[in-house]
Amino acid sequence: MSEHIAPLKIYFSVFLALMALTILTWQVAYIDLGPWNTVVALLIAVCKASLVAMFFMHLRWSASVMRLVLFAAVFWLSILITLTVGDIFTRHALPQPHSWHAAAFVANTSAARRQ
Amino acid sequence: MHNSQAVVAEQFDDRTQQHEAASLGMWIFLATEIMFFGGLFTGYTIYRNLYTAAFETGSHLLNAKIGALNTAILIGSSLTMALAVHSAQTGKRAKLIFFIISTMCLGAAFLLIKFFLEWTHDYAEGTVPGLHFTYAGPHASHVAMFMCFYFIMTGVHALHMIAGEGVLTVLLIMAWRGRFNEERYNAIEMMGLYWHFVDIVWIFLFPLLYLLGARF
Repeated sequence: MSEHIAPLKIYFSVFLALMALTILTWQVAYIDLGPWNTVVALLIAVCKASLVAMFFMHLRWSASVMRLVLFAAVFWLSILITLTVGDIFTRHALPQPHSWHAAAFVANTSAARRQ
Repeated sequence: MHNSQAVVAEQFDDRTQQHEAASLGMWIFLATEIMFFGGLFTGYTIYRNLYTAAFETGSHLLNAKIGALNTAILIGSSLTMALAVHSAQTGKRAKLIFFIISTMCLGAAFLLIKFFLEWTHDYAEGTVPGLHFTYAGPHASHVAMFMCFYFIMTGVHALHMIAGEGVLTVLLIMAWRGRFNEERYNAIEMMGLYWHFVDIVWIFLFPLLYLLGARF
């Protein structure tokens, strides 16, 4: 047995769905939904990406190890984004330990004086 | 068994195993590509949240219509690439050549629109940081930062497309010489995976860069 050959009809249906979603995301962008604009745009983008991956990239019919690689990549990416964003946007919410702050301040000022 | 025309290379048991090994290798490469673009998307996420107004202003300076047109062209090229893979799988040489050329033409149309309609226009408008930046409205330095993200992200994406065009040229010559048939088409299919991946990157770039400021 060899690889699955998808019927042509599927490719054209996926193409039409991608075009429809492109027009949808483009037109929705002109409506003011506040912060929901980004949520809707990203949801539509994820739908489009899933259609491409599942059907154009044959993930639907591939061995599950390919899906595992994609899952791993997306999972690692989510670690990268979550931890970096989590760090940057909690720096002001969580105060620096006082002793650390003082030590760094002394080190900086004495270095500046030496120059 | 050092025959380059052998369908199954000697290290593989059968075609299925050979095909899965090639696909797995390509998917792992694409995983590294996801991390590569992921760094840019992470930077974008952070600075967009720090300087939201400037990013919306910068996005508003871009032409969402051209962005949508290019999205449609790229999705069209993904369709022709999928049809090229299908033609290769069913052993139709003439159709394979036709669809490779179609994919290359659509990809070239995308790149020409990007370089000669968009970037040239951006340069004339003075929104290219470092080269010609005359925007003097509010948050000018952070708008410049948005434009940097725009040029680097779309630029790296365009670079991937140029690389794809190069590989497609090689595959076109190979297809012309009849190197593919129902049993030998892994190269075409792996090229398809790459091309569709580049399409997916654009699917995220389009709303994040062009549509962010469209409603203002």
